[in-house]
Amino acid sequence: MEAISHAGTVLGVLATDGVVLAAEKKVTGKLLDLSASKEGGYGGSGEKIFLLNSNVIGGVAGLTADANSLVNYARSAAQEHLLNYNEDIPVELLAQRLCDLKQGYTQYGGLRPFGVSLLYAGYDPHYQFQLYHSDPSGNYSGWKATCIGANNGTAQSLLKQEYKDDITVEDAIGLVMRTMSKTMDSTTLGSEKLEFATLTLDPVTKEPKAKIYRPSEVDVLLKKFDLAKKDEDAEMKTA
Amino acid sequence: MECSFALTGKDYVLVAADTTSARSIIKMKVDEDKIKTLSPHLLMAYSGEPGDTVQFAEYIERNIRLYHIRNLYPLRPQSAASWIRRALAESLRSRQSYTVNLLVGGFDTADKTPHLYWIDYLGTMATVPFAAHGYGSYFASSLLDRYHNPDGTLEEGLDALRRAIDETAKRLVVSPGKYTVKVVDKDGVRVIDL
Repeated sequence: MEAISHAGTVLGVLATDGVVLAAEKKVTGKLLDLSASKEGGYGGSGEKIFLLNSNVIGGVAGLTADANSLVNYARSAAQEHLLNYNEDIPVELLAQRLCDLKQGYTQYGGLRPFGVSLLYAGYDPHYQFQLYHSDPSGNYSGWKATCIGANNGTAQSLLKQEYKDDITVEDAIGLVMRTMSKTMDSTTLGSEKLEFATLTLDPVTKEPKAKIYRPSEVDVLLKKFDLAKKDEDAEMKTA
Repeated sequence: MECSFALTGKDYVLVAADTTSARSIIKMKVDEDKIKTLSPHLLMAYSGEPGDTVQFAEYIERNIRLYHIRNLYPLRPQSAASWIRRALAESLRSRQSYTVNLLVGGFDTADKTPHLYWIDYLGTMATVPFAAHGYGSYFASSLLDRYHNPDGTLEEGLDALRRAIDETAKRLVVSPGKYTVKVVDKDGVRVIDL
């Protein structure tokens, strides 16, 4: 629990036509090689936001190694469901599967629980778009907007003030961006500190479409909301 | 000999199965219901090796019910059929396999569409507009191919079903006498008197 309250903030907002997820990356620095996160078939840059199944995106806060293990388990559970039932796993069922695993580690001695909280943003035909949160004890609950990690109290109260029940994905992206910029420790935002993802319905196929933004796309989004890091050199020149 | 038929209409699925329970050449029973209601909007007609049929159908029925209790909503017809097919396919590859043929018909309440699946004891599954198992299928397949209307009303569907049943009664040497007919639509499952 302690590790989670220090972990990078992960924020989720449920909209009428989709779900939005954003996360603050903690592991950064000039010398960190980020080239891998720019390329690749996009399942995420591999720190905070992961594609768990074609209809569910997960955001993690806590011990990274534990989180990787849980993400792996979630992906297996989702594929197992696909094998047995030939359908995408319902979002709540996936959350339940992980919570059953997490709960097990609170019951028996000698083993350490997973130090991870997760947000699940997903879609299924039963309850349409959904947002769930699970903690290390194996408790889970559904939310309209919620936040885990550092400063989650501040973010939560900001969300409570600004959230409206008929919010669209477009507005939700704005809400998430504004809330993120206020809660994050750093004053300026950039793609090296932020991960971002949305889950919507494909207008043609009506199938869920998960989009985890690439670093370049995150920068475009930040510029759109005027939260991007100002080019310091440019400022110096004009001064 | 055992016969079962099923067909889809505009927003319903009709399932019919004969009511005889036979052992060798002897009719033991003539009022056996061989169509199980698996969930509020799902029907399954079963036929095949006596003993296997009821055992397998009850196993399926209870597992589908368990999923419903655990998750508050039932499996959708497509997912239920996939799971049932898998159960049969796994059984086929065991020492003692179930020899059971199925027609699974259901109404998907999520997207308001009827679905019908033809499944045999080898674990073959096909999504079909109409289907039959047993000797009756030799007559029903061609008749329903000519007279089935996938957008038809319930009355049209019942007429097509009557044709198939009447032809089987007329031409098949060992034709069954009675059938149970059930329909599943947005309101759930009902028994129909032909």
